Amino acid sequence: MSDVMESPRRILSQLEVLESEAIYIIREVVAEIERPALMFSGGKDSLVMLHLARKAFAPAAVPMAILHVDTGHNFPEVLDFRDKIVAQYSLNLVVGSVQDAIDRGTVKEEPNGTRNRTQTPVLLETAEKYGFNALLGGARRDEEKARAKERIFSFRDEFGQWDPKKQRPELWNLFNARVHVGESIRVFPLSNWTELDIWEYIAAEGIEVPSIYYAHEREVFERNGMLFAANEFCRPMAAEPTFVESVRYRTVGDATLTAAVRSQADTVEKVLDEVASTRITERGATRGDDRVSEAAMEDRKKEGYF
Amino acid sequence: MDLLRFATAGSVDDGKSTLIGRLLYDSKSIFTDQLEGVERASREMGSEYTELSLLTDGLRAEREQGITIDVAYRYFATPARKFIIADTPGHIQYTRNMVTGASTADLAIVLVDARKGLVEQSRRHAFLVSLLQVPHLVLAVNKMDLVGYSREVYENIRREFTEFAAKLQIADLTVIPVSALHGDNVVDRSENMPWYEGAALLNHLENVYIASDRNLVDGRFPVQHVIRPHSSQFHDYRGYAGKIAGGVMRTGDEVIVLPSGLPSRISSIETADGPVDEAFAPMSVTVRLEDDIDISRGDMICRPNNQPRITQDIDAMVAWMSDEPMRPGQKLALKHTTRNTRALVKSVQYELDVNTLHRNESCAELKLNSIGRVRLRTTTPLLTDEYRRNRETGGFVLIDEHTNNTVGAGMIVHA
Repeated sequence: MSDVMESPRRILSQLEVLESEAIYIIREVVAEIERPALMFSGGKDSLVMLHLARKAFAPAAVPMAILHVDTGHNFPEVLDFRDKIVAQYSLNLVVGSVQDAIDRGTVKEEPNGTRNRTQTPVLLETAEKYGFNALLGGARRDEEKARAKERIFSFRDEFGQWDPKKQRPELWNLFNARVHVGESIRVFPLSNWTELDIWEYIAAEGIEVPSIYYAHEREVFERNGMLFAANEFCRPMAAEPTFVESVRYRTVGDATLTAAVRSQADTVEKVLDEVASTRITERGATRGDDRVSEAAMEDRKKEGYF
Repeated sequence: MDLLRFATAGSVDDGKSTLIGRLLYDSKSIFTDQLEGVERASREMGSEYTELSLLTDGLRAEREQGITIDVAYRYFATPARKFIIADTPGHIQYTRNMVTGASTADLAIVLVDARKGLVEQSRRHAFLVSLLQVPHLVLAVNKMDLVGYSREVYENIRREFTEFAAKLQIADLTVIPVSALHGDNVVDRSENMPWYEGAALLNHLENVYIASDRNLVDGRFPVQHVIRPHSSQFHDYRGYAGKIAGGVMRTGDEVIVLPSGLPSRISSIETADGPVDEAFAPMSVTVRLEDDIDISRGDMICRPNNQPRITQDIDAMVAWMSDEPMRPGQKLALKHTTRNTRALVKSVQYELDVNTLHRNESCAELKLNSIGRVRLRTTTPLLTDEYRRNRETGGFVLIDEHTNNTVGAGMIVHA
C-alpha cells in the first residue's frame, strides 16, 4: 500500500493494520466455516469488504457467495453498480427480495411503508434457504452505540437473534466460530474501522463507489431536519416543498429512510476533507431508522437485524 | 499515522467513563448528535450534569441500571495517532472483561480515586495487566480536584503503587494526576498542579513508543489457509496465507515447516498488491515455498535455528470464565494460533489470589473469574512459545464442546 517496508522500525500505518486484521478475519471465516456468505448492498462498506475479500484470497477467486437483501426501495445508481461489480469479478450473487416475500405473504409491509424491519425476516429466510451459517457484514462499531459492544464474531441463536448479555469473550485474535446446527455467526471484519478509515482506504486503494456518494444536484425536501430525495418511494407531503440542492449520501440504505447531506464534495479527496471535519455521525445525519428510540439499533439486532 | 490500542480499568465510581468521555470530548471526537443524545438522556435521568458516561454505555439495560455491562470499543484519532479504546467494566465479570480488553492492548489505564488511594481492585487490575503482558501501564490518579490538587496525596499513591508494580514486573509504568470531571491533565496540562512535570494523559498516549513491543526476533508464521486457485492461469499455484505472529520473514530465507520438520526455502512473499521482500508482525501475507510439501492449516513456518516448542503437555495460567468450574478430567476444545485441538485437564496446580498473589495449592478446581496454574494434555501437539515472549504464540482459548462458549483464556508457561 505504501513504502513503509523501507522503514527500519517496521511500523505499519493504521490502515495497514486494519487491512491486515480484516484479511485475517475473512480468511478465518473461510477456513473454519463451511458455508459463509458476504453481505453486499453496493454501499461503501460492503465495497470495502469485497475489496478485502478479493485481496484475502488472491490470486484465487472469492470463495463464497455474495448475498444482497433487496428491499425493493433502491437507488437505481446503486443497483446498477451492484450488477456491474458482480459481472466484473464473476461473483456468485444471491438475492433475497423483500418484494417477493411480501408477494408470497411471508412478511407484511410496515404501516409506514419503510422496509427496514422487513429486511430481517428476509435475510434469515434467504440464509436458511441457501444454508449460509456465517454472514460477513461491513458493520462498524463506531456507527452506533449498541454495535460498539458487539463482538467481531457475533453468535446468533437459531432465530438469528443477538443477546448482548450472552456474548462470547473474544481474546487476542482467536475467534470462536463454533455453532450448533441451525445457529449462525455474523462476522464484522470492519469492526475497528471508522467512517474516516473507510474513506481513507477507498482513496488509497482507488476503490470505485456508486456515484451517489459524491456531490450531485438532486430534487429534495426536508423532513425531521433531514434531506430526502423526492422519488417514487419517498413523496413529499403538501407542507414539504421540494427544491434542487447539491447533495451527497453518507450511507446507502432503504431509499425511504436514507437522507442526503448538503455537500459540494464531488471527488474522493473532497469527501475525505468533509468526513474529517464533520461534527455529526453518519447515521445521525442520514438514518431515519435509528431515530425511533435510544435503543432502536439494539432492539432490531435482537430480532436478527445486522 | 499508527495505531494504539488501550484498555481502561477502574472500580465503580472511579470516573472511568467520565475520563473516556473527557478524552473524546476534549479531543473533539464526539459528534454533535451524540452529545445532544447524551444531554437529552441525562435530563431524562434527572441528572444536573451531562453524564459523559452515557457516551459509552449504549445498551438499554446499562442505561436503566446506570452500569456498564460489557467491553465497549471506542475510536478516536488525533493528528498523531489513531486510538482504539477497550472500555472494561470494573465490577460485573471484571476478570472476564478485563482479560478480554487487555489481551489486544498496547497500553492499559488503571484508575484510582485520589481520596481512597489504592484499593483491592487497583491491585487486581494491575495484576491482570501484568498477567496479560500489556506492555505499558498508566496509573491515572483521578479526582485530584477533591483532594485540593495535593501533591502529597499523589506522591503517596505513586510510591505505594510503584512498590506493588515492581513485584509484578511491569516494564513501563507512568503515573498521572488527573481530574476527569474538570479535564485537568487529560488533554491539556493542568494549571492546578504546577508541581507535576510529566505529560498530560493524551500527550502520553500520543507519544508512548510501541514499535519495539512486538516480537521481531522469533520467526513464526501460523498457516491459516492454503490458497490454490482452480484456474488455468494459476494452475500450479500453491500459497500459504496467514498473519505473521513473530519475527521478520524474507524471500530466500531457509525455513522449516512444523510439526513435520520438513525444510524448504521461501520463494516469495506475496500480497494482493504484489510481492514484498520482507514481512513482519502483524502483516497478513501469502508465503510460497520452493519445495512442494504437504502443509495445511495449523502448521507453522519457522526458521530452522529458532523453533517453538512442540508439545502435547501444556502448562499455563488460565483465567476461567464459566459458571461451571474447571476440573481435572474435563475435556475441552482448544484454539491456539490457527490450530484447533482438544485438551484434557490433567490438574489444577494452584489458584492465585489476585489481591495478595498468594498461591492456594489445596484448590482442586477453578471457579468463575478465578485464575490459576493448570496442566493440560492435548490430542495433537501445539507449537508453543512462552506467553511472556510472544502473546500470539503463547495464548490460547478453551471452548466448552457442548455449549460452544469460550470458557477460558490460557497463557503458556514453559515449565
